[in-house]
Amino acid sequence: MVSTSQHDWSLHRKGPADQARHNEKIKEAIRENLPEIIAEESIITSDGKRLIKVPIRSLEEYRFRFDPYQGERVGQGTGDSQVGDVVARGPAGAGKGGQGKQAGDQPGVDYFEAELTVDELAELIFEDLGLPNLRPKTPREMVTESVKFTEVRKKGPMGNLDKRRTILENMRRNALRGTPVFANLSNEDLRFKVWEQETRPSSSAVVLAMRDASGSMGEFKKYITRSLFFWMVRFLRTKYQDVEIVFIVHHSEAKEVDEETFFHLGESGGTRVSSAYNLCWEIINKRYDPERWNIYPFHFSDGDNWSDADNKLCVELVHKLLTVSNLFGYGEIREGGYTSSLMSAFSAIKDPRFVIVTISEKRDVYPALKKWFSRGGMAIG
Amino acid sequence: MDDKEIPLLEEAIGKIWDKARELGLDPFPTHFEIVPATILYEFGAYLLPGRFSHWTHGKAYYQMKTQYDYGLSKIYELVINSNPAYAFLLDSNSLLHNKFVVAHVFGHTDFFKHNIWFANTNRQMVETVSLNAQRIRQYSIDEGSLEVERFLDAVLSIAEHIDPYPRREPQESKAATPKAGEDPYADLFPSKPEERGRLGKKPTRRKVPPEPEKDLLRFLLEHADHLEDWQRDIIAIVREESLYFVPQMQTKIMNEGWASYWHLRIMRELDLTDEEFIEFSKLHAAVCTPGKTRINPYLVGLRIFEDIEKRYGREKIFEVRELENDVSFLRLYLTEELVRELDLFVYKLDGEHWQITDKEWEKVRDVLCDSLTNFGHPYIVVEDGDYQGRRELYLRHYHDGRDLDFPYAERTLQYIYTLWNHPVHLETKEKDRPCRLTCDGERVTKTYL
Repeated sequence: MVSTSQHDWSLHRKGPADQARHNEKIKEAIRENLPEIIAEESIITSDGKRLIKVPIRSLEEYRFRFDPYQGERVGQGTGDSQVGDVVARGPAGAGKGGQGKQAGDQPGVDYFEAELTVDELAELIFEDLGLPNLRPKTPREMVTESVKFTEVRKKGPMGNLDKRRTILENMRRNALRGTPVFANLSNEDLRFKVWEQETRPSSSAVVLAMRDASGSMGEFKKYITRSLFFWMVRFLRTKYQDVEIVFIVHHSEAKEVDEETFFHLGESGGTRVSSAYNLCWEIINKRYDPERWNIYPFHFSDGDNWSDADNKLCVELVHKLLTVSNLFGYGEIREGGYTSSLMSAFSAIKDPRFVIVTISEKRDVYPALKKWFSRGGMAIG
Repeated sequence: MDDKEIPLLEEAIGKIWDKARELGLDPFPTHFEIVPATILYEFGAYLLPGRFSHWTHGKAYYQMKTQYDYGLSKIYELVINSNPAYAFLLDSNSLLHNKFVVAHVFGHTDFFKHNIWFANTNRQMVETVSLNAQRIRQYSIDEGSLEVERFLDAVLSIAEHIDPYPRREPQESKAATPKAGEDPYADLFPSKPEERGRLGKKPTRRKVPPEPEKDLLRFLLEHADHLEDWQRDIIAIVREESLYFVPQMQTKIMNEGWASYWHLRIMRELDLTDEEFIEFSKLHAAVCTPGKTRINPYLVGLRIFEDIEKRYGREKIFEVRELENDVSFLRLYLTEELVRELDLFVYKLDGEHWQITDKEWEKVRDVLCDSLTNFGHPYIVVEDGDYQGRRELYLRHYHDGRDLDFPYAERTLQYIYTLWNHPVHLETKEKDRPCRLTCDGERVTKTYL
């Protein structure tokens, strides 16, 4: 009346196959929500390795259910529970707005939160981006081969042994037998790194980041600048081996500053945009030979410039800078719907390498990136 | 457990079987399969081996596996209600741990065989779901996997809205079969003048459904007019599988309590060494840890059975396992003393915290029973399948004091729209105000009535 058997289940793949489909759906959902996700404050202040949590609504299994925060439930204590005791934190006490709620400790609440690193998120964002107008340089300088470890396998040359993973694998196997120690190393524990040759455009790129630090640039505008800038630099770093960044702030005068100052400086005073473009031109001439550098000037401003005379001067300077640049990005950040005088002047510039974006809310960051780094430019390599 | 221990396990299973029978259990013949953790978690996620592919199963699998990998939770046993019954043992468990699981399993397979709510379940369900999965796989090939996935998303959103105990079939069949001795064609040739007159009248609209229909899936199956054959088949599959799980949902506390009662009894009667007895006691304690925000069915069920035995004798517990389900079990046998001993309480959300509001035993029992009503799901019926004569679907939620989760309900109505293909309404209440949600295919609007 009883029987026992033990089959070989190693080829059984149903769960992992459906899990793969689930992962695909998570990626789709993240992609759909990129505009909301990428301007999150927690992301741009992270170091790239930290996990960020993205609540995914479209993967919830919708059905008729009771309001999870209403009504009475029955719980169980350990013998000394009292009326008034707190059993769990409620929705208001857990997490802050925008970050989603803490999963797990909420009775009845079940929703899905994807965890991914900033790097993984960057990969999704950059899938759609390309480097337009990349000027061909001499092939020797243009292309470098580098080695990138891409995969872990069970077989490989001993020279590529991944010691850390091998030890973990061994301990995991032992743990399943009840003794989580490193012992009895066997062949099935071995893990090897596998590498691929990677071809990347070499030579170097310089980003000349200019920011309007005049009194009219408020907190929101600073924040948007920072968010855009964060992704822009990250993106360029995936394309070039060496990316240098020059920070320039300006009000009526321009000066070169360090990164910290660039993002935090708030000054009163008027705005003379030409001062920044002039300094940019000087720096290029002194330090970045266009024959060797890919040059990317970006300027963030609310477009509230000093005078029409200066606007005209700016247009001339943009033309001049375009002779040495791959791409000149102008990002106008404004909270109202007006058109600035600087924007009107710039709209006369027809060079496709001069790209204007306007941003009035957080979710505009992603389209701005896409506009600056659209594919369809020149192919790389 | 290593390979050398397998014969020892087989021997132990034989002994435990004999002991279980000797103590009065009468389980289905049971087959044990020894599997690695990934397989156990897969079956746990799919609820049955071989069920159809869908990303929700992949999601459940991933969650279970992650919890296992991080050591957060363990599946203690996995046993399938079929004849013969199948049970799965984890290859990485110790020999003693697996003996413990085997003893527990015989409690379940005895319960499956004897509890009356399981009497009509399909005992070949493993084969059935695997055939279902094959058909769905074929539909994915024929119709496109995305198409099938989307359709399943919609059907699964109302998978719980079935009626395991329908009341209407007998009426319909009565009307159709003529009584013995009657002329079966008599109604075609009315002889009495008043009957002739009645036939001449304009027919009144026959209400569909005649009585409110709880079984949403069956209603769609019978009355949705835009469905293709493969789509009807998928609805039928989801409904069949949901029906199979109903008795397990409505006897969770009893079933786990019964199995825990028997693993305790049986293990105590085996000749365990002191070491084994300590390991067993630890395992038992882990299974019986109180749940804090929810009750632990193993612990609550076990204590109630022990209390029944103490008060009414051994015979009585066998009778109870045969006749009751969780709601009647708690109504009849959860006493004031047990509520106190188990430290059960009522709690609710008060601003920032979930707080204990009541410890009065009858209140605890009532809230617990209410939470199990309709297996914990809102009770929703089809009231009209031809609302306003326009083929619109009118659903009604029988409001019991708890509001629906409105954002969820709105998304669910959109799913139902894709199945019904005409506007769908749901009447419910929000904070005691009657209201109606309407989905016209594009948007869901809320109207207060």
